[in-house]
Amino acid sequence: MSATNLPVGSFVRIAKPELQTLIDQLRAMGYRTIGPRLSQGAVIYDDVDSVEQLPRGWVDQQDGGFYRLQPQEDGAYFDYVVGPHSLKNFLFPPRETLLQLSREQDQWRLHAPAPPDPPLAVLGARACDLRALWVQDLVFVEVEFVDPAYQARRSNLFVAAVNCRRAAATCFCHSMKTGPAVVSGFDLALTEQDDHFVIETGSERGGEAVAACPWTPCTISEIEAARRAPRELERAMHQRAPRERQDLHKGPPLRSLDVTDLRELLLNNLEHPRWESVAQRCLACANCTMVCPTCFCSTVDEVTDLTGDQVRRERSWASCFTAEHSYMNSGTVRKSVRSRYRQWLTHKLATWIDQFGVSGCVGCGRCITWCPVGIDLTEEIAALRGTMP
Amino acid sequence: MAAKPKLAVFKFASCDGCQLSLLDAEDELLAVADAVEIAYFLEARTRTLEGPYDVGLVEGSITTAHDAERIRRIRDQCQFLVTIGACATSGGIQSLRNWADVNEFISQVYAHPEYIKTLATSTPVADHVIVDFELRGCPINKHQLVELVAALLQGRKPRVPRYSVCIDCKRKHVVCVAVAQGVACLGPVTQAGCGVICPAYHRECFGCFGPKEQPNLASLLGHYANRGADAVQLVRLTRNFNGYAPEFREASDDLETAAALGNTPDAPS
Repeated sequence: MSATNLPVGSFVRIAKPELQTLIDQLRAMGYRTIGPRLSQGAVIYDDVDSVEQLPRGWVDQQDGGFYRLQPQEDGAYFDYVVGPHSLKNFLFPPRETLLQLSREQDQWRLHAPAPPDPPLAVLGARACDLRALWVQDLVFVEVEFVDPAYQARRSNLFVAAVNCRRAAATCFCHSMKTGPAVVSGFDLALTEQDDHFVIETGSERGGEAVAACPWTPCTISEIEAARRAPRELERAMHQRAPRERQDLHKGPPLRSLDVTDLRELLLNNLEHPRWESVAQRCLACANCTMVCPTCFCSTVDEVTDLTGDQVRRERSWASCFTAEHSYMNSGTVRKSVRSRYRQWLTHKLATWIDQFGVSGCVGCGRCITWCPVGIDLTEEIAALRGTMP
Repeated sequence: MAAKPKLAVFKFASCDGCQLSLLDAEDELLAVADAVEIAYFLEARTRTLEGPYDVGLVEGSITTAHDAERIRRIRDQCQFLVTIGACATSGGIQSLRNWADVNEFISQVYAHPEYIKTLATSTPVADHVIVDFELRGCPINKHQLVELVAALLQGRKPRVPRYSVCIDCKRKHVVCVAVAQGVACLGPVTQAGCGVICPAYHRECFGCFGPKEQPNLASLLGHYANRGADAVQLVRLTRNFNGYAPEFREASDDLETAAALGNTPDAPS
């Protein structure tokens, strides 16, 4: 059964191999399609033009400073969770030329930045990814000074999101109330079932894309089953034992974060001895900020050739963990690693709320997994609360 | 037009790889030759001009009494002195002799040990004279070298960051080998600049660019030890091209001391 379009809020089912038709249709609509791919021992976001490229049948084991993929027999398409990349890698790319100047016969000529990239369609984004997207929108678009390149990429972005059926030990979206269910900000929301996908349309173009696939209407029970899957996961995450009672659990600690008065907890404990002990472990390597899907700091450099006739203004990802980040005319303000870790965590979980009205943390757990020494912000908060064993 | 700045390149105990990086900058080499007077560069041209020089690039470490004397004369001749590479900046791989008996090495390596006159140590140039700028790497990165020359010509600070290799890995979308493969990688304590060559080939960082700003080796190596790396492996990893750089040196000495006492180094908890 097919139609020219499907209204917003439709629930349809497609057979699993028909994911290919969806990808083909998105490409026909002019999108560059990106999605999860196996690369370098991890699931990352990269170009996807065939369902064969998806990491089907792989799941991830994650813990502080630990990430491994394992094969799983049921051959599910989306049962891994988040990898080191996020949508930030595409919407706020690590390097971007903002401006180019060239000197010709003592006259400077200004060149416009490169034209916008082709519109992106992302397949497989999770609820925490969508929340992070919204948090970055508040930084780059919903402000007085709009970032035009981000805005151009963002306004054209097509999101085919996926409801998580599984959480990693590092996931704590349930604590941040950012997942695992996909509830808004999507064009399509997929829920994987044993032999089919249930797809909810969230926009007109979403309806246009899925209408090209051989779909059938969902029965009420299929819709209910699709809605139930992430809710059941969320319930299971809420039932995770507190950290101090996880001794019997053989695997890594299952994270959760008590957000009660979190802003006040942090801002009332700026001199807590825990900052010094975490600084003993912190490498100030900046991995946490690079993988964080909401961290938005950048540095701008003027880059010249040898003659000085060709000049580019380049923006690159930067981090509050470097000495350069707080360098002013009198020198580096945050000289100690203690002060940098405290700055990062208090901004992420407390003063971000003052600045943008929401927390900067989406509970994806990337900063825990990709810290080379496994520093865990949920553990640090528990220590500040005095609820550590 | 004012006379072009005079550039000189000097060699001490080294493999010549860093000088080659200048010749290897093929796309920019003619522009460099246009912008500066290459006054002394034995590896590139036989003609040499007398000093003084505006800029001196020094490759290699100080390993003989003669070299210790020569670097002082070179310092006097150069307005701006830059060390290039791990040897000149931290003593190089040859500083392994600093932990051993150099006479033992000499008797094993040379047919006629009596011809060899050498110091007991290999030390960085900055241990002997004041150095104005250090370019890291084994070898140096040609883009950083060209950037240095451009900055000197334009009278600005070179863009040579002191942060970790990890930042460049993430900017290049290279997946962390320490986390995803569980290998002991020095990237989190090593200065960026190499272009993340090894992690891009799924290999650990060997620390060619030396310690980053405020490196925390105790935490990183303690963590690797807790995850099963043995002390001998970690000492070898740390005591490498930049093994004699102070932060790396202290870390490998601490590991050795702990191993001799039969202790496993613990990460701070």
